[in-house]
Amino acid sequence: MKRRNFIYLTGVGAAAAMLPAIPVWGNEIPFEKSLEYVDPASKKIIADVALNAARSKGATYTDVRIGRYLNQYVVTREDKVENLVNTESYGVGIRVIANGSWGFAATDKMDKDSIAKAAELAVAIARENSRLLAEPVKLAPQTGYGEVSWKAPIEKNAFEIPIKEKVDLLLSVNDAAMKGGADYINSILFMVNEQKYFASSDNSYIDQDIHRIWPTFFITKINKETGKFETRNALSAPTGMGYEYLDAKPEHKIHTAAGTVYKGRYDMLEDARQGATQVADKLKAKSVEPGKYDLVLDPSHLWLTIHESCGHPTELDRVLGYEANFAGTSFLTLDKWESKKFNYGSKVVNITADKTEKGSLGAVGYDDEGVKCGKWDIIKEGILVNYQAIRDQAHIIGLDHSQGCCYADNWSSVQFQRMANISLQPGKQPLTVDDQIKNVEKGIYIVGDGSFSIDQQRYNFQFGGQLFYEIKAGKIVGMLKDVAYQSNTQEFWNSCVAVCDQRDYRLGGSFFDGKGQPSQSSAVSHGSATARFKGVNVINTARKIG
Amino acid sequence: MPILTKEEAKALLTKVLSYSKADECEVNINGSDGGNIRYARNSVNTSGAISTTSLVVSSSFGKKSGVATINEYDDASLEKVVRRSEELAKLAPENPEYMPFLPQQEYGPESPTFSPVTAKVGPKERADAVAQSLQVSKDAKLNAAGFLENSMGYSAMMNSKGLFAYNTSTDLAFNITMRTSDGKGSGYATRGYTDFSKLNAGKDTAVAAKKAVASVTAKAIEPGKYTVILEPTAVAVMLENIFFDMDARQADEGRSFMSKPGGKTRLGEQLVDPRVNIMSDPWNKELPGATWSGDGRAQQKVNWIEKGVVKNLYTSRYWAAKTNIKPIPFPGGLIMEGGTKTLEELIKGTEKGILVTRLWYIRTVDPQTLLLTGLTRDGTFYIENGEIKFPVKNFRFNESPVIMLNNLDEMGIPERTVSAESNANYLLPPLKIRDFTFTSLSDAV
Repeated sequence: MKRRNFIYLTGVGAAAAMLPAIPVWGNEIPFEKSLEYVDPASKKIIADVALNAARSKGATYTDVRIGRYLNQYVVTREDKVENLVNTESYGVGIRVIANGSWGFAATDKMDKDSIAKAAELAVAIARENSRLLAEPVKLAPQTGYGEVSWKAPIEKNAFEIPIKEKVDLLLSVNDAAMKGGADYINSILFMVNEQKYFASSDNSYIDQDIHRIWPTFFITKINKETGKFETRNALSAPTGMGYEYLDAKPEHKIHTAAGTVYKGRYDMLEDARQGATQVADKLKAKSVEPGKYDLVLDPSHLWLTIHESCGHPTELDRVLGYEANFAGTSFLTLDKWESKKFNYGSKVVNITADKTEKGSLGAVGYDDEGVKCGKWDIIKEGILVNYQAIRDQAHIIGLDHSQGCCYADNWSSVQFQRMANISLQPGKQPLTVDDQIKNVEKGIYIVGDGSFSIDQQRYNFQFGGQLFYEIKAGKIVGMLKDVAYQSNTQEFWNSCVAVCDQRDYRLGGSFFDGKGQPSQSSAVSHGSATARFKGVNVINTARKIG
Repeated sequence: MPILTKEEAKALLTKVLSYSKADECEVNINGSDGGNIRYARNSVNTSGAISTTSLVVSSSFGKKSGVATINEYDDASLEKVVRRSEELAKLAPENPEYMPFLPQQEYGPESPTFSPVTAKVGPKERADAVAQSLQVSKDAKLNAAGFLENSMGYSAMMNSKGLFAYNTSTDLAFNITMRTSDGKGSGYATRGYTDFSKLNAGKDTAVAAKKAVASVTAKAIEPGKYTVILEPTAVAVMLENIFFDMDARQADEGRSFMSKPGGKTRLGEQLVDPRVNIMSDPWNKELPGATWSGDGRAQQKVNWIEKGVVKNLYTSRYWAAKTNIKPIPFPGGLIMEGGTKTLEELIKGTEKGILVTRLWYIRTVDPQTLLLTGLTRDGTFYIENGEIKFPVKNFRFNESPVIMLNNLDEMGIPERTVSAESNANYLLPPLKIRDFTFTSLSDAV
């Protein structure tokens, strides 16, 4: 359903298949209203009403999230603005423990009576559900922080940039692609500001201001004679930055055999120009011969493989079975972690979880149950060493504290375990992309993310991409199409032979990662440097209909 | 704010329109009340209740339009939201694709989208249903993870051209995964209803439990082309992808599977097996839908594919006017005609094949051919000489639903089912398909 909303929003159609669900909620507001910030003192008054009401009804724990979620989307195609969306969603979500069970209720009525009633409803739901409880909820201890705040370290608030400037940017991007020979282009600028206030019966009152931005486009070119079409999506990354992300300097550009790729900042106009050229090349590219290839994977591609094959299976709620009915469970069961010798990957595979990395989508000061965020190892020299946990799961893996992975996508959603930024650490020896390619006899260099699918326990996956280059005897010899690789997670990460050094480390990410019932979306980054994998199975995806 | 009756909605929207000074004004209002409960590891996990309303005003001056929304309903707030939409319209760029609002449309008789039983469901009824499901799990010594969600709501619209439309609806979704305690077997069931009294959570849980137990000790068989029987929920996730891409503009522009060389489309052509009939019908008793779409267009019974021939594409009003075709909106639900056999009878008539109870993580690999990839999940079984012989390990497939419907062997009795990918409800038969392409094995259970 959400995918359909996105199609309505953008008219992207087929290209939207490349995107996960995109929620649009909230009320349409004037653009200038996005710049107002609600005073934390007034939010504390509301929070105390809810905390007191829940306590008086017998809640043994309460947290209150007062959220103002701002979304601004600018949607264009060719020479037209298709949609300007500017929404605000403001309300309060109250979560309680009563009779040992969780209860939750939310309201957008911000008067004291409505908030007290919502708190009481949350307690009533908890009591009703407690008869279905196998064992009471056990929370990891958490000391209150008192009144604190955290702001994302952005340079330019994207909501302060005039709409006209954003529209002009996208229309110039579209113009560049059309002049470069594209038949169609859809371009979009997604901007999000989460103004979140968290209060709990542990005496925390946390005010946070979080910003995210994602400029992207989809170029289509059609061969009129054959009717064949190809698309080339933007090589941008969604980031936890302000409008400064769109201000790329030479030091933010890495020149590769696949053209320019971007580190930390993005030149949208330049990427649209090269995208128009590359989409024409894709139409003329050779269809891949299926078989085993060495793969050299750019961070703009590899982030998605990391996300699906390492990020999700190390989420503790999946490991324990909480997602069994929807997103699935995990092959990384507790016994594999307990053995301290489960070979997830080769020695060069070091993967960390980090909720603090500057500019990343997952960076916050505190998570949505008031836990200060940090960084920890998940895979160390190929061995599974840890998971991603929240307060009511920490005791299961012997932790005396939460790892701060709790998130709700809106005030009206219940917070639950979501993915931290999960990143492949760069190699310690100096190694460039050119060095990686030189070391390949028969291989494919892949840039940009494409089609993706993985099973419910995260063993078997298949990934496409944006740009595929054939490597023969250490040299790139031309472009390929109809490429997808299929592998098994453990086999794949054990075939990782080299990761480029820190100079090539870049972030990719997902703006709309879906999980949970009702489904919620979260934003998360994944860093890596270009990595090389030996002997991966590549299939040819060309078919004929009609 | 409570659910408004038709008369109350009409009175409120008339008042909102009375504040308008724009060339054209259109107002949509909707409200819903609902709740959910989620359980896993044989225990309740999270649950919640949410109530929302919103009123949306669209004002236009010439080809410039603005939209504003509010959830407060006193006179001052209503006037404010109209003024705000007018201010936004004056600031907006001209939209060359702007279409004037519609006059009153013919919507046909009311559709049975509202159930008073569902409207009364609260935390207790939800917990009772889940208790039944958990009991089945405890008795069978299995692990249950499930989700139950219900909602009731209404929507109405009115514009300055005299159009008025009103609808109420109730919805219920229930889905359950049962797993064996050793993690070697898994089964699933999913239901969508308008009427809560149709729900039998215990019975559905028992179906999932049976699949979980039967799928233990799955054997690995070689990937390749197999005859498959797809249960309706597996059919849903394949066929909805055909439908998501049946937009006329995408087809005309040459960038969908409906496009052909030289700017032509497959409209009017034989696309799939002549036994395939796919339609939508707001008045279908099993799958009722709203009789109007959000922009005021009437939803009617539409044949999308008739005897395998593409009969209609959906479109925006702008594109319909530009290309001189019928402006058919995106419909509420999808119905495929089937045959007279039960799933068991389809199995009985199969010499060699694979029963697929669920497909998962479906993504488009190539929009040109609608090649999709994904995996089997929660119970896959080998059929020989009309009987289920043994469970098999899950497969990844790479297959186009268009090719699939050309390899149609047989259809069973349609039933209401839910897509586990989009949550949309459909009325679909189980399908027996030849040469379905599995490309690799998965160790997942």
